[in-house]
Amino acid sequence: MIQVKNIDKGFSGVQILKDISFTFEKGKTNFIIGQSGSGKSVLTKCIVGLHEVDNGEVIYGDSVFSAMNKKDRKEIRKEIGMLFQGSALFDSLSVVENVMFPLRMFSKMSKSEMRDRANFCLKRVDLINKDDLFPSEISGGMQKRVAIARAIAMKPNYLFCDEPNSGLDPKTSIVIDNLIYEITKEYDITTVIISHDMNSVMEIGENIMYIHKGEKWWEGDKHSIVTTDNKEIGEFVYASKFMKSLRGKL
Amino acid sequence: MNFFEQIGRFFLMLKLAFTKPEKGSVLWGSFITEIYKIGISSMSLVAILSIFMGAVIIIQTDANIDSPWIPAYTIGFTARQSIILEFSSTMLCLILAGKVGSNIASEIGTMRLTEQIDALEVMGINSVNYLVLPKILASVFIFPFLVILSMALGIAGGGFFAVQAEIVNFQELTYGLQYWFDPFSITYSLVKTVFFAFFIAAIPSFYGYYVKPSGGALEVGRAGTKSVVISSVMVLVINLLVTYFLLL
Repeated sequence: MIQVKNIDKGFSGVQILKDISFTFEKGKTNFIIGQSGSGKSVLTKCIVGLHEVDNGEVIYGDSVFSAMNKKDRKEIRKEIGMLFQGSALFDSLSVVENVMFPLRMFSKMSKSEMRDRANFCLKRVDLINKDDLFPSEISGGMQKRVAIARAIAMKPNYLFCDEPNSGLDPKTSIVIDNLIYEITKEYDITTVIISHDMNSVMEIGENIMYIHKGEKWWEGDKHSIVTTDNKEIGEFVYASKFMKSLRGKL
Repeated sequence: MNFFEQIGRFFLMLKLAFTKPEKGSVLWGSFITEIYKIGISSMSLVAILSIFMGAVIIIQTDANIDSPWIPAYTIGFTARQSIILEFSSTMLCLILAGKVGSNIASEIGTMRLTEQIDALEVMGINSVNYLVLPKILASVFIFPFLVILSMALGIAGGGFFAVQAEIVNFQELTYGLQYWFDPFSITYSLVKTVFFAFFIAAIPSFYGYYVKPSGGALEVGRAGTKSVVISSVMVLVINLLVTYFLLL
């Protein structure tokens, strides 16, 4: 479980996040949704420690991450897997080397053990016989899957996914969504997904926070998000004409 | 960011770079890779430049010696001094600052842009130490070898051309090349090179690492240009300082 309490964050005098509190539950797919520029990515970067919060606390389990020094944070970070928007695979490493990377850095496994673990993770994301290819030689969907395999290689307790479906076709998006959902349940981990893709939210969203102009505007699940009478959420969920036409039928 | 803030940030980056690495074996692997990328891949450029410049130095020296009172072996002597003292260290490092510097800045800058550096940080890895330290160590290690190679090829290439073009005969050339030779000139050249190598790797790493992700490819391009300009100026400044302290 991850808790954020009263988080404030600003840059150069501009307030980006205002007093955000939320609990990301273990074993669930927790979504942070909102329009572009609403502060989703900044919030995520605050949670994983890429940005320092101005006020408030980030708590992993019982540990107050935001108050820790670099050395202590390192231990928590070893429990974090992250899937970046653009996959963030290392260009100079092959598929299997990318997955082996965190193991090479932090584990005491032998080379063959690392390779076995990497192959297991790649198999888990349905990616076989691509070991020696480089990121530039595989499709965007495959890159996401490699990134997921890398994120789960160290058996993390926390999985962060920043826009996991960006740049993917609808069918591949569903495959990635389901994969994230299955992994969350299988390993009983706290998964945080940052997205503005309503298809994903409706597919696997269990615990959802909507951010509007840097503030927590709403929280609930995928069933309540379609029925809420909150104006801003309505505009976000039913942004397209097609969705608006569906709203009338709901 | 003003000039002094940039200098402060540069030294903070160096402080992060020179911390204990996560794993010695990983640093060693990266060090070997960087030696190949920075050094071995530059060898053909170094060889071509040195051979041609050696020949040009011989021709220019010959063209500027009109007096019959100046012995022919002076050509070999002058060419050797020019190559060892300035060309193979300073001029070559200026050229390598362009090749190696732009490569380092664009590589690290692109990693920043594509969130690869963020990925390292989230994993709990000191990204500066992981990315920058092997480049600095590899440069400092391999540049002196490149300079020695350049000296050898510059003198050999120039000498070969001089004999073939009958600018000077072989005996006079070899006499000139050995005439009044002070081994300290090689030490001086290599000392300069070590300083050059450090800044040629560190400055582009700095500009690449602090690329603004929002700036996109344009920002990476700017970082590459800036790093080449600043590291070239640093090479010239260090050249002056080391020469002043070692030769004066």
